[in-house]
Amino acid sequence: MKLAYWMYAGPAHIGTLRIASSFKNVHAIMHAPLGDDYFNVMRSMLSRERDFTPVTTSVVDRNVLARGSQEKVVDNITRKDAEEHPDLIVLTPTCTSSILQEDLHNFVERAQLEAKGDVMLADVNHYRYNELQAADRTLDQIVQYYIEKARKRGELVEGKTEKPSVNIIGTSTLGFHNNHDCTELKRLMADLGIEVNTLIPEGASVSDLKKMPKAWFNLVPYRELGLTTARYLEEQFGTPYIDITPMGVVETARCIRKIQQVINAQGAEVDYEDFINEQTLHVSQAAWFSRSIDCQNLTGKKAVVFGDNTHAAAITKILAREMGIHVVWAGTYCKYDADWFREQVSEYCDEVLISEDHGEIGDAIARVEPSAIFGTQMERHVGKRLDIPCGVIAAPIHVQNFPIGYKPFMGYEGTNQITDLIYNSFTLGMEDHLLEIFGGHDTKEVITKGISADSDLNWTKDGQAELNKIPGFVRGKVKRNTEKFARDRGFKEINAEVLYAAKEAVGA
Amino acid sequence: MTVAQQPEALSFECETGNYHTFCPISCVAWLYQKIEDSFFLVIGTKTCGYFLQNAMGVMIFAEPRYAMAELEEGDISAQLNDYEELKRLCLQIKRDRNPSVIVWIGTCTTEIIKTDLEGLAPKLESEIGIPIVVARANGLDYAFTQGEDTVLAAMANRCPDKAPVAETETDKNERNAIQKLLNFGKKKEDVAQEESEYVDHPPLVLFGSLPDPVVTQLTLELKKHGVKVSGWLPAKRFTELPVIEEGYYVAGVNPFLSRTATTLMRRRKCKLIGAPFPIGPDGTRAWIEKICSVFGITPKGLDEREAQIWESLEDYVKLIRGKSVFFMGDNLLEISQARFLIRCGMIVQEIGIPYMDKRYQAAELAFLEKTCQEMGAPIPKIVEKPDNYNQLQRIYELKPDLVITGMAHANPLEARGINTKWSVEFTFAQIHGFTNARDILELVTRPLRRNNNLKDLGWDKLVREEAKI
Repeated sequence: MKLAYWMYAGPAHIGTLRIASSFKNVHAIMHAPLGDDYFNVMRSMLSRERDFTPVTTSVVDRNVLARGSQEKVVDNITRKDAEEHPDLIVLTPTCTSSILQEDLHNFVERAQLEAKGDVMLADVNHYRYNELQAADRTLDQIVQYYIEKARKRGELVEGKTEKPSVNIIGTSTLGFHNNHDCTELKRLMADLGIEVNTLIPEGASVSDLKKMPKAWFNLVPYRELGLTTARYLEEQFGTPYIDITPMGVVETARCIRKIQQVINAQGAEVDYEDFINEQTLHVSQAAWFSRSIDCQNLTGKKAVVFGDNTHAAAITKILAREMGIHVVWAGTYCKYDADWFREQVSEYCDEVLISEDHGEIGDAIARVEPSAIFGTQMERHVGKRLDIPCGVIAAPIHVQNFPIGYKPFMGYEGTNQITDLIYNSFTLGMEDHLLEIFGGHDTKEVITKGISADSDLNWTKDGQAELNKIPGFVRGKVKRNTEKFARDRGFKEINAEVLYAAKEAVGA
Repeated sequence: MTVAQQPEALSFECETGNYHTFCPISCVAWLYQKIEDSFFLVIGTKTCGYFLQNAMGVMIFAEPRYAMAELEEGDISAQLNDYEELKRLCLQIKRDRNPSVIVWIGTCTTEIIKTDLEGLAPKLESEIGIPIVVARANGLDYAFTQGEDTVLAAMANRCPDKAPVAETETDKNERNAIQKLLNFGKKKEDVAQEESEYVDHPPLVLFGSLPDPVVTQLTLELKKHGVKVSGWLPAKRFTELPVIEEGYYVAGVNPFLSRTATTLMRRRKCKLIGAPFPIGPDGTRAWIEKICSVFGITPKGLDEREAQIWESLEDYVKLIRGKSVFFMGDNLLEISQARFLIRCGMIVQEIGIPYMDKRYQAAELAFLEKTCQEMGAPIPKIVEKPDNYNQLQRIYELKPDLVITGMAHANPLEARGINTKWSVEFTFAQIHGFTNARDILELVTRPLRRNNNLKDLGWDKLVREEAKI
């Protein structure tokens, strides 16, 4: 057992559901107790989905506990098959079904006999994998299933597309700025004269999957999602893959150069150097920003970075390499892939921190006192407490991290967005600091944000002064208690004495 | 369909139970805030933690007095010793937070692996010196607000069964920190005088967790009629749980507290006052009247009070009169809410509800029926354990003016031009008593008011294909 208040990566089934509901016309059925379908709420709230989330539950209740699911799961699958005709139903185990050890394979086989669509059991163990690992596995499982199916039916298309083409693998629902990244990547490919063969899983149909071998190469923009699939495709069809995240000016250029190398090796004759040059110097503002006076002022400022592997590594490199900011430590919660992270960032920061414990991260921030934090929502709140600005760069995220406006992190427009994010974090911090030095804008003190019980009581100057000494988070309570006390005694005025008499009376 | 064809009595149906609701462990969100010296330890998996983390939103960052005891593979396969593990975590909690009570929330996982929480608690309690209350608020058995019911039922067993003997009135008050604050420096006569404002009746304890302002409002509302509330389960602090002696009267303030009611009756030998719940001015009045009638009191000025509230609601009632509403059902407040909205002149098409205790809710159900008759409204069908998919088909067919539903369906329905109100808000808003009737209507009318503003823009249907779920 471990005492936990907060987790960075969710449970395994969330990963599976993210993949299933990213595809078009794929339905997931969770084998779970009532209330475990919270995924639907998140998808509907965070990404403001207009459509019903294609996830239902085959409810595990007391009866199931006593007798097993028996026909229930099979019935739920065939019912959903008849109601909505999905191409694929993914039966999703949860922590509960992991312990029940029911033969879900058998249910899937039985349901498949009746269902018109395909039925599959997500192969994820709750106690071994987290959300990210499960998502990666499930995507691979679905791709393999449809490649094998096509192969058996002889529907697998041989040969490559005429023009250079790519499969973009890994953009999914509830992913951090994934939809914007996806648009930006498509735009980038179009600029490079590369056709997008398939884009999975977001918005793809499972019938597209058999086309995947036709691509010249696979692009895996996110470290956490899609690598297993790309490796499978390489092993099966010899399709090379590129796993350089095009985030930041230098990394985007590196990614494009790698694409050039990969497709030239297959007979294309492209030279992207002019494109990279033009984009870097004139389209993206990030390179110019690095030379500008604004950025000069950031030189040597201390920052810390924490997030998933992809974003934490990319942001660390941008801060250190492109802006001359001093990254004191960079960390990831992807413990299972920690070596990769270390290798990526060790030369760009003083220290690498691998942890899933938000308390440890919070302490490490407090110890370092950086001028800005780049982290998840949790680090944003640590920042609030410590009065340090924070730019959010990775999940876990809230609804405000699903902006409606175009805010990619990848590609050349992404470099502009990241520049704004970083610069705004630091200037806010500077402004705050200056305000403090010069004593703030206002001379009027706000006592409490809460509504006072009544306003018939006067606080004398000394009473007010004493009240202001009380820490902000209990001030409202003390104020109310004191006024209540004074009202009971019939005091018209509250001075310091009354305040302390009240304090003694309450024993607080 | 004409009114004449409607059934005369309430009809009950039961569907498949394939519906969306919150897991009952969500009760820690409001109970840890209500019971200020408590610490809630949810013994479960990452799934439970993920739910709490996301459902509680910003509360999570405010150093909450709750945590997960996250079970690992070693716990499941019993390679680790439950007792030792729990002891280690509880000692850590004691060291860091020093609570007056630790509430263990049993989850689906502890049910399945049959962790004997009730057996472990007393042993550990005596070893570490902090009361440990066990509530099995799991998704296998319960829905959403029923979580509070399981916690309060467990707490009911912890209420002191006797006021300490040879105690004067002032001593008794001394035990209570709030009372102590109020009475500090007061003369004894004042207290005595206050006592005389009440009619002499057997002690009454109310149960159900409500925000403190609402507790005060309801307590004062009863005081107007000379009814004294001796205590409230739960109180602000665990150390202030009310005395419950055999023969005390108890009344519930929320419709989902059937286990608590049962425990108070069977284990604590209390007499339950079965009344409609104080939701809406009609409900509040009926609740007060019922309590008064049990004590042989004639309530004073209730007519005027109710009429006055209705008058102040008229601007909102105007907006919903004659409109239809469909409850998908997820928090057990549905019957009381439907009854209030029918009184407001709405037509209720369906009342979905997770679980229907016809005994505990008997007075409320009778009141619903009576309200329908008095308003000439069709008697709605009550659907227990609803099936959300079927309900959506019925919603497409009935085209209600308002659907009260969970967040999983709210945005998709709005995109299809159907007004929705998120049901969970009713659980967290202040909706009890005369004072808060306006808040219920504020919530109910909000989508209608908002969409009135947008109605000429032609933005009703915002999905491409027609209503395919």
